[in-house]
Amino acid sequence: MEITGNEIIHQYLRHNKKFPHVLCPGCGHGIVLGTLIRSVHHLGLPKDDVVIVAGIGCSGRLAVYVDFNTVHTTHGRALTFATGIKMANPKLNVICLMGDGDALSIGGNHMIHAARRNIGITALILNNNIYGMTGGQSSPATPEGAVSMTAPFGQLEKSFDTVQLACGAGANFVARGTVFHVNNLEKLMIKAIERPGFNMLEIITPCHTQFGRKNKYKTSVEMYRWLKANALDRERYEELEESKRGDKFPVGVFVERDEPGLEERYAELKARFSAGRNG
Amino acid sequence: MARRKKNKEIFALGNEAVVEGALIAGCSFYGGYPITPSSEIMEIMAQRLPMSEDGVFIQLEDEIASMGAIVGASMAGRKVMTATSGPGFSLMQENLGYACMTETPLVVVNVMRGGPSTGLPTSPAQSDVQQARWGTHGDHPIIVLSASDVQECLEMTIIAFNMAEKYRTPVILLLDEITAHTREKIRIPQPDEYEVTSRIVPSIPPEWYKPYEETVRGVAPMPPIGSGYRFHVTGLTHDVNGFPTSRPDEVVDLMERMHRKIDQFFYDIQMHDELMIEDAEVVVIAYGSVARSAEYAIEQARSSGVKAGLLKLKTLFPYPRRATEKALANAKSIIVPEMNMGQISREVKRVNSGRASVRTINRVDGQIITPSEILKVIMQG
Repeated sequence: MEITGNEIIHQYLRHNKKFPHVLCPGCGHGIVLGTLIRSVHHLGLPKDDVVIVAGIGCSGRLAVYVDFNTVHTTHGRALTFATGIKMANPKLNVICLMGDGDALSIGGNHMIHAARRNIGITALILNNNIYGMTGGQSSPATPEGAVSMTAPFGQLEKSFDTVQLACGAGANFVARGTVFHVNNLEKLMIKAIERPGFNMLEIITPCHTQFGRKNKYKTSVEMYRWLKANALDRERYEELEESKRGDKFPVGVFVERDEPGLEERYAELKARFSAGRNG
Repeated sequence: MARRKKNKEIFALGNEAVVEGALIAGCSFYGGYPITPSSEIMEIMAQRLPMSEDGVFIQLEDEIASMGAIVGASMAGRKVMTATSGPGFSLMQENLGYACMTETPLVVVNVMRGGPSTGLPTSPAQSDVQQARWGTHGDHPIIVLSASDVQECLEMTIIAFNMAEKYRTPVILLLDEITAHTREKIRIPQPDEYEVTSRIVPSIPPEWYKPYEETVRGVAPMPPIGSGYRFHVTGLTHDVNGFPTSRPDEVVDLMERMHRKIDQFFYDIQMHDELMIEDAEVVVIAYGSVARSAEYAIEQARSSGVKAGLLKLKTLFPYPRRATEKALANAKSIIVPEMNMGQISREVKRVNSGRASVRTINRVDGQIITPSEILKVIMQG
């Protein structure tokens, strides 16, 4: 008998954890967590082999609800802990959950170096364009002109293009999805988990409480409609004339390489020495 | 045919001896970032660990990442270390606090150089002593050790690993540039000469396991990630299951146990050496390379008929109160020489509470404190 989506999810939630969760109504983070569970289930990974390493912020709080090995680390540093865990035990599937402020601002340096050294980690960046948990301050992903608690007259700075950043830094796999396009997101996430090397998936997820309300989205539904209207397949986006792009943004796969992760290259180095010892 | 190996002696730097000690203690993971005067530790690890059975070496992008990586590797079951100096040690404080809170065993070697800031990169100092104790925010227990010669660098590194594993805590080993860069003959111990301690892992089924459970020792067993014990680790104040809590009764249980696991083992943790202390009227309290100058000064003072003695501190924190009180029993005066503006002398004065006169010798000019400087103060009576 086919099991339903909810039944799958219940297999992976912690029964001894006190609910309700911390997320606001309309938040997209729960969709990401559900997608993560379905992706792990689809790949058939044993719970014991999955490590969720989370940073600080709303995204960081997701780890506590799922029945994997979960590590809730310090702000921006999730990738550093994940690097240690992966190098110490390469058999583990290490998945990082980070926010945009977490991964791109305070953790920006770790992000580009994890991509450069191509360490076998799945980095999920939940981009809601704002610091949600601290009350709605600007992040490096806050769009130019948007209003936040620390940019009450509109954001003067440009925002990061997470995808271009990861491409430039040398990640094996770079993709972007949204919480509106859930089936597509699941496909991207499965790839991001099963592929070797450093795999970055940016997930656009709306925050109505801290971002939407201040930026003329009356309800969170409007924010999901915005995602539906503006997310374009990468190919279609590239065909579009620059003058017609407006708010539209590309989703899909941007880089797909099969270079071995750092931990595999290190294992090769060790094999050279152990061959020397035994022969 | 098997034959018993002769004692192996090598001519080594203090930094090299640290690596030898770490490998004897079972260190199999090093994550670090280069900084003078500690870099030799990293360079030798980069050579030795890939050649060893299961060793992992990784160079990180900064000291913040170094500390994150070794905490992660320790959670995955490795014995881990990093080495640094003042500026890097400042960057490590954030994740060092995380290691205290999550009770993750690790060893940090800080080869102290002159500060503050970039300071004196190639000159000795002992100016990170209070930072080692209080550098990271929040009330936290921590163990801080020191070494005064190259042989001690090896021995104290082994002890640092043992204490880290036994008490599930970060251990800081403070060296100064002189100790780290002195080259002298040391003896490599036989494999069975030192007891090597490893953390206790749970023997109960995973469904019974509580990662932060109250135990007699105050230390819960710690399974490696991926061994079937799935639980939550967080830097947030947590309950016995590892889940975040702000319930006052659960918060206080955690804080009290975290401190008690160190406090109730002072007898095991607080290490020191005594030299001619029984009848001493003038007691010098010193640590690191300064203790070697002090030792020579005391021998000179004794040959001139002055009853001088030395209390050499090997553990700096938790501060060895009992040993200091014993040294104070007959002392009329205490001398605390250190290469800082007076960081251990504060602790000495606290324990002394006005009983004997406490004099300090402080140098912050990047120069060693010589025996004659200490002798001069001893002879003043």
